[in-house]
Amino acid sequence: MSPVHYVALSAILFVIGGVGVLVRRNAIVVFMCIELMLNACNLAFVAFANMHGNLDGQVIAFFVMVVAAAEVVVGLAILMAIYRARRSASVDDANLLKW
Amino acid sequence: MTTLTTIAATGVLRESWLLLAFPLFGAVVLLVGGRRTDRWGHLLGVAMPIAAFVYGLIAFFTLLGDTSRSQDQHLFSYIPVAGLQVNEGLLIDQLSISFVLLITGVGSLIHIYSIGYMQHDTDRRRFFGYMNLFIAAMLLLVLSDNYLGLYVGWEGVGLASYLLIGFWQFKPSAAVAAKKAFVVNRVGDFGLTVAIFLMFAEFGTVQFPGVFGSVKAGGSGVATALGLLLLLGACGKSAQVPLQSWLLDAMEGPTPVSALIHAATMVTAGVYLLVRSNPILALSPGARLAIAIIGAITLLFGAIIGCAKDDIKKSLAGSTMSQIGYMTLGAGLGPAGYVFAIAHLIAHGFFKAGLFLGAGSVIHGMDDEQDMRHYGGLARLLPITFGTFILAYLAIIGVPPFSGFYTKDGIIEAAWDRGGTAGPILTACAILGVGITAFYMTRMVLMTFFGKSRRPENTHPHESPAVMTVPMILLAVGSVGAGAFLIIGQRFENFLGPVTGVPPTAHSYWSVPGDISLVLIVIGAALAWNMYGRVPVPVTAPRGNFPVVAGRKDLYGDALNESLIMRPGQWLTRLSVYFDNRGVDGLVNSLAALIGGTSGRLRRLQTGFVRSYAMLMFLGAFVVITLLLVVRL
Repeated sequence: MSPVHYVALSAILFVIGGVGVLVRRNAIVVFMCIELMLNACNLAFVAFANMHGNLDGQVIAFFVMVVAAAEVVVGLAILMAIYRARRSASVDDANLLKW
Repeated sequence: MTTLTTIAATGVLRESWLLLAFPLFGAVVLLVGGRRTDRWGHLLGVAMPIAAFVYGLIAFFTLLGDTSRSQDQHLFSYIPVAGLQVNEGLLIDQLSISFVLLITGVGSLIHIYSIGYMQHDTDRRRFFGYMNLFIAAMLLLVLSDNYLGLYVGWEGVGLASYLLIGFWQFKPSAAVAAKKAFVVNRVGDFGLTVAIFLMFAEFGTVQFPGVFGSVKAGGSGVATALGLLLLLGACGKSAQVPLQSWLLDAMEGPTPVSALIHAATMVTAGVYLLVRSNPILALSPGARLAIAIIGAITLLFGAIIGCAKDDIKKSLAGSTMSQIGYMTLGAGLGPAGYVFAIAHLIAHGFFKAGLFLGAGSVIHGMDDEQDMRHYGGLARLLPITFGTFILAYLAIIGVPPFSGFYTKDGIIEAAWDRGGTAGPILTACAILGVGITAFYMTRMVLMTFFGKSRRPENTHPHESPAVMTVPMILLAVGSVGAGAFLIIGQRFENFLGPVTGVPPTAHSYWSVPGDISLVLIVIGAALAWNMYGRVPVPVTAPRGNFPVVAGRKDLYGDALNESLIMRPGQWLTRLSVYFDNRGVDGLVNSLAALIGGTSGRLRRLQTGFVRSYAMLMFLGAFVVITLLLVVRL
């Protein structure tokens, strides 16, 4: 299979994730959309690694997964704290840090 | 031309610092001692000028024996730096000792008079403190042997004048008048200051002998500049046109102050300055002519004001201005006039102090009423005041053989002898001034002492106590005899000669201009009698024609100052305030407002909505990538 298909799928996933981040209010969904974008990147990395026949892209994909896991831990903790304080998981309700 | 050579003081003159020490001691004790000295303060205040007068008499008789040299008593080194050595010392010569006797003599009489005049004033002790301060400063002015010491005294008398004009500072008019006198005097002081700077720059010294010795080498340009600057200084202190406006307002002070400071002594300091600087003036005919012209203008100016005023003190103030104009005119005539200027100054010290004390006695008796239109018929009620006033009156208008005749006649004759184009014009001004003097003084006497009473119902004029009348009588004696004593037999010419030079032509008592002036005296007095003696004087002032209205407004002196100096000054300040607010501040403020406003709008981008931030991030990434792609292509 040519890498074009993988890259196209990766781009589609990335756009879906990006649109989800922009339009959804629920923090959990936004979070999941970010994961989707990260995994779209992973897919692109792996596809290019396969194309070039080396392991660099695959190694980076592992790094991304590790960082994503750490991010999920911190992010979900923040989400829980916000939810407890405001009884809401909407990202639009957490808008105090502004002018 | 005379130069000043001095020898170290000898004998009793070595103690000349006592002259300054006495009144200064009185001033310090009275002003520092405060209310503790209230009970006996006036006695100390009177004793100190008398002590100085006694010392002055001793010094005078010592000096009479040796008329050739000026004696200099070194006191201390004032400014001992490289390049400028100012040694403060007291210069005792014929000129300064004449002033010392006038200041302490007339000053003592006025101090004694003040005991009575200020009796009911709760602040009498402070008054005497200031008066002693004035005497000390005035003596420093005339005794210093350098221009810097003279300047210290000059400012000292200015300070005393300020304090005493505003002595009743609870009256707003007095406070304003004091401030006005101070400010106008600053203009004149500027001239004197610059003159001292110029002497230092040109000659490297400000001592009298040093300056007079090197002024010839400095050239006539420097001499003319110095002469004109000194004239500016003299104009301020002596109330000469164009710096005359403060003297009329200075009458807000107590009457003894008007008599001592604003008639007899301080206002004549300008004449002293000019006569003292005679070696400088000798080199500059231009400066001398300017001085004579200023004097001639002022003597007419003051006389016209004196005719129009109904306030007895203001009328006398106009007269003072006019008489000092005569002295300035005399000082502008060179060696021919110096002696008569000083002689007139001394005679004026007597008769004008006598007139002011007489006016003070009338004011005292009339419960502080100063408007002559509310007087009338006081001759019978105040006989001693009337008698002394009449003698001083005859002296000031120049009736022979009273003192004003001899001294004024000398100045008129010196002006006539000057020749050239200016001589006859100056003479004409001077004799016209004599006629006007006769008019306004006769008017004053008629309105005050003759005619029917125009007094308000509840006033009971009474003669003043002896403590006030005795000084008036002594001053009247001086008014009668001083001129004849000084002038007849060239007594004063020979005495002052070593300092000022002797007049080139011998003075004759009967000259054509002098005779014309005598006729004008009669005409002036007759005119005044026709207007104020023959017909009753209206209690409320009539509206008057143009000269009268102008005279009442001080010949528009204040209006001129306001329109020429004050208004443009205000425009200038307003302009600079506007420029500062709109220009300088405007630039800075608008820059700050621009930044403030922009950031105020920019911060609205921080909405707090996470999704909009994310949107911006995407947009940014999109733009960056697009640019990269575009550049690549």
